[in-house]
Amino acid sequence: MSLHAMAPHGHDQHADHRPVFTGARRAELDELLTRYPTKMAALLPALWMLQQDRGWVSPDGMAEVARELDLTPAYVKGVVTFYTMYHQHPVGRHFVQVCTTTPCNVCGAEDVVNAFLRETKCGELGVTSPDGRFTVIEVECLGACGFATPVMVNDAMIECVSVDAVKDLLAGLD
Amino acid sequence: MGYPHPSHPRETPVLSKYFGDAAARTLTGWQARGGYETLREALATDPVEVQNVVKDSGLRGRGGAGFPTGVKWSFMKPDGKTHYLCINADESEPGTFKDRELMRWTPHQLVEGTAIAAHAIYAETAYIYIRGEYTEPIARVSEAVREAYAAGILGANAMGSGKRVDVHVHKGAGAYICGEETALMNSLEGRRGNPRIKPPFPAVAGLFAKPTTINNVETVCAATHVLRNGAEWYKSLSNPANPKSTGTKLFSVCGNVARPGNYEVGMGFSMKEFLWDLCGGPPAGRTFKAIIPGGSSVPILTPEECEGAVMDYEGIQAAGSLLGSGGVICFDDSQDMVRQIARLARFYAHESCAQCTQCREGTAWTTKILERIRDGQGTMKDLDTLLEIADNMTGKTICVLSDSCATPVVSGLKKFRHEFEARIPKNRSSVMIPAFSPAAA
Repeated sequence: MSLHAMAPHGHDQHADHRPVFTGARRAELDELLTRYPTKMAALLPALWMLQQDRGWVSPDGMAEVARELDLTPAYVKGVVTFYTMYHQHPVGRHFVQVCTTTPCNVCGAEDVVNAFLRETKCGELGVTSPDGRFTVIEVECLGACGFATPVMVNDAMIECVSVDAVKDLLAGLD
Repeated sequence: MGYPHPSHPRETPVLSKYFGDAAARTLTGWQARGGYETLREALATDPVEVQNVVKDSGLRGRGGAGFPTGVKWSFMKPDGKTHYLCINADESEPGTFKDRELMRWTPHQLVEGTAIAAHAIYAETAYIYIRGEYTEPIARVSEAVREAYAAGILGANAMGSGKRVDVHVHKGAGAYICGEETALMNSLEGRRGNPRIKPPFPAVAGLFAKPTTINNVETVCAATHVLRNGAEWYKSLSNPANPKSTGTKLFSVCGNVARPGNYEVGMGFSMKEFLWDLCGGPPAGRTFKAIIPGGSSVPILTPEECEGAVMDYEGIQAAGSLLGSGGVICFDDSQDMVRQIARLARFYAHESCAQCTQCREGTAWTTKILERIRDGQGTMKDLDTLLEIADNMTGKTICVLSDSCATPVVSGLKKFRHEFEARIPKNRSSVMIPAFSPAAA
């Protein structure tokens, strides 16, 4: 039995996985490695690159990151699951994070998150809308408490989102 | 200044002077405002001398713990070892958003402060660890770092001083606990963000097991102004009656308040004037019910307790709470304290790294019990159980996340007990269920 066959499911790269770290990404990773005395320290940035290119952190992608940084796939998965921002499943084209922690909560953030669930037709937190456009989640403190309710749509932060503003905000997204 | 509001005449804008001024973001804009001259002078000064000026100024860490910055720097000795500086820009304490504005508006202020702090601790490499959700601050600081390298301000021969200063931006990935300094170092090393047991302290074995200093964004920004204008000038900005809290402090104000935003005032400012004059008091037609003065991890105060308090480390402690990170969360009389304290507990339960039993179990059970009280399903005994759990969560874990969850619960139960009791159905009392005995069955 080959080593490949022994590897548990998802712990090795499938033949159809397109490598992330080629070309410009390869150069970017190589430059990144010069910033730290260990390869392991480049793990979070490497996972960010993977997610940026593929939309999520797939098992095959994690295996590639592990190989690049001389880590084991299980170790990489252990780190990925610690952090909330790595998507372990594909998400909608627009990933919407609504802050509902106390400072925003007292300003009505729960109504805002409900408006997003209603208007996107996601219905439920973490569930992607039937048209694949949206995934809405509640997020813990976005660090913009003076601008309640802050909402992140992918990498964009939108301040002071009110229930009334939700419909127009969504209409501006493809 | 009270960004996004115009500066109030009673503010002392030093760090926040250029909030809202987009021209200050670029290297040329920053240099036109006197930027990097202090770094040039610092690089030509012996690190011990830099440490001493900061020691004399009385500057204390602005991340929450309030440890004297110059003393922290003096733990780092010229021992020939590799030293590291970590800038804690993981600002995640609910109610706190001052570092966000410092990085968004004055990224070069942070880069300059970082380079000065690196020099002061004999470090050639600094990492600025910014929380992953801060996409704009990450972009602004990264661009400032790029500009500074291109201009020779950073690199192998920083500003022609012959000294190497490298600064790298490192993006977090969503974890409140990574704002705890040892968790931050683990995260930077590519590990799960579990806090480490101390000792060894970071100054002995920190990042990559090398002597390390961790400073908050606001701290190193303030240190630059201390070096530029002198320790005496810095002390003159605050209430001379209390030499233990010096200089200015950025307070982030949020929740139910007329003018939320960031305000910079001299230490020792009257909390009453701060809340009513600068921040405009509660929203129209409302009154304040509670104030959390230093981020969600500190005891809740009643408006009466705030009235006579002064805003510095000792003043807020005397009022029964802590200055913490300077995140002021306001609750007006329309708020349900049971619901809001339950929401806070849920935050800590979500963010527990699950390493210590008291925290992993305590935050979850506290949330579960608070939510059932909120939903009218609690018993009077639950109130005692909450305090008992809180006692087991305090001072017993590797880091203080557990304590931070217990704090608002204990102070909330003490000051708003009537609201909790009102949620408990009158006829409901704990029922003892006899232990199941197979022999009897």
